[in-house]
Amino acid sequence: MLKKAKLLEIFFIVIIALAAYLLHLKQEFYLVHILSLAGIYVLLALGLNMVIGYTGLLDLGFIAFYAIGAYSAALLSSKGFSFWAILPISILITCAFRFLLGKPLMRLRGDYLAIVTLGFGEITRLILNNWDALTNGPKGLPRVGETIRPITLFSFHLNSEISYFYLILFFVAASIFAIRRIERSKIGRAFVAIREDEIAAEAMGINTSYIKLLSFTISAVFAALAGVIYAHWIGFVSPESFSFWESVFLVCMVVLGGMGNILGIIFGVILLVGLPEFLRITLGGEFVLYRMLLFGLLMVIMTILRPQGIIPEKRRALELKD
Amino acid sequence: MANSAIIFPELVNGITLGAIYALISLGYTMVYGVLLMINFAHSEIVMAGAFFGLFLLSFFLKFTFFQNNLLLLLTSVFLLSMCVSGILGAAIERLAYRPLRKTNRLMPLISAIGVSLFLQNLFMLTLSPEAKPYPSVFPAVNFQLGAVTINSIQIFIIIISILFMVALEYFVNRTKLGVAIKATSSDIETAKLMGINTNSIISLVFFIGAALGGVAGILVGMYYGSIKYNMGFTYGIKAFTAAVLGGIGNIPGAMLGGFMLGILESLGAAYISSAYKDVFAFIILILVLIFKPTGLLGERAQDKC
Repeated sequence: MLKKAKLLEIFFIVIIALAAYLLHLKQEFYLVHILSLAGIYVLLALGLNMVIGYTGLLDLGFIAFYAIGAYSAALLSSKGFSFWAILPISILITCAFRFLLGKPLMRLRGDYLAIVTLGFGEITRLILNNWDALTNGPKGLPRVGETIRPITLFSFHLNSEISYFYLILFFVAASIFAIRRIERSKIGRAFVAIREDEIAAEAMGINTSYIKLLSFTISAVFAALAGVIYAHWIGFVSPESFSFWESVFLVCMVVLGGMGNILGIIFGVILLVGLPEFLRITLGGEFVLYRMLLFGLLMVIMTILRPQGIIPEKRRALELKD
Repeated sequence: MANSAIIFPELVNGITLGAIYALISLGYTMVYGVLLMINFAHSEIVMAGAFFGLFLLSFFLKFTFFQNNLLLLLTSVFLLSMCVSGILGAAIERLAYRPLRKTNRLMPLISAIGVSLFLQNLFMLTLSPEAKPYPSVFPAVNFQLGAVTINSIQIFIIIISILFMVALEYFVNRTKLGVAIKATSSDIETAKLMGINTNSIISLVFFIGAALGGVAGILVGMYYGSIKYNMGFTYGIKAFTAAVLGGIGNIPGAMLGGFMLGILESLGAAYISSAYKDVFAFIILILVLIFKPTGLLGERAQDKC
């Protein structure tokens, strides 16, 4: 069974890679761009899913760590660092922030945690917007005269949409692989145990605050990864990309797609990022205006009618049945 | 540095803002009291209330009768818009929260975020994505009380807020329905056994909270002279901070927290940095939740799950 699922996943990735190449050949660069964007959101949603889906901690400020990743990458790049050097440094910085924020928060109950993370997200955005000396304020980075250096891989420069798409696809595949490993490890099972029943988990000998902090910190790796790639790909970061509603948008993807299930989350991203773009092309620009209205309504309807998400995790589906 | 030329206007501004925060935070705190949930959509009710008030004001101002009778105009605008926002609040509870009452605690919060997203976009799409001017019904007169200058709108906001807070205190402590709210808030299961229809009480709590939030929305419009579809978020999060600061679930605590936050924020903006004005509220929120999650007046012990 397991083998089959893994083969299916590899098959999907190959199909997507080929489809992207086909779009590239047909000069549909905008669609390749949307695919890359969806890839970035998959990375973010995978990270957020670790906190919301596995461990059951609602995080409403996840975008702040995406911002920290992207900003640290933009700053380091203008100082002359290469992508491959920035990647580990940014991940480290982002995880450090996440750890320091998470440390005192793990005692808090679910909804309080949600509000504090929301608060941290807003503080981050306000600081990015106001600390001109470091972040260049609302004008964003890089500053005039500076650039974000392009990514090079074995003397090959990544400069086309398709090459960035393959880079993102590679990291998405690697992340899925890593998360699958975590899922099946002792730590991954501890995450789920905490979600199911924190007191019971503690009674079983799980150090719950440590495991929660671990989940909280590891999730930042994916946010940082997405942020670093985004900064290099777009070549520009500004505070307005990291608003509270972006965090909400991510939560929507995870919740609608199916918390705790990787396939569900990818479906959620396709639904929320891909579908609007597809409908925009078929129905015209009008639809985009109604997008958020529809998502709000969908969130309410889904939590009532199908709280486990469109493609639920097996265990959660069972849990919600009784 | 600390001269009275800055401190008094900022203090007056802080108290005015604090009165508004206090009114909004009552909605958060009462709902939290009975259901232990954060009504995330409350901020959008503030926004909706401001718009209802705007419609009613512009409608009534067409009649010369109301133009000449300020008291009647304000009474009818406030009462009507309170009813509409109250019904909106109760309807949100009925449609989006009640079906989720037995599920995981995070589900109502996610549903509330959905409601918030929906309402914000509904108002943006049906009305206007731009800020709308609020008609000024008051002649702005400055009064001099010793070294303190205060204008008529500030006085009005402070008086109205205190009036509603006193009325709420009276209602909750002195009437049968109010006592039923308190009973539901302290233990919903036992309240049920005592013959209280807790579902109606919950609806009532949402109605009252939303009505007060609607009033706060109108006051914001009057104070700043314009309203916008996304105005609710900032006020909502600050009022929530106020509720947490005072001890969530505690009505006098919410009032105290509101005034304290308003004053702290205004003084912080004046003396530290106005660019970081909004950061203060978040920092206070985080610090209170970490170090004293029960807040200043909260007595409810935190439950474990």
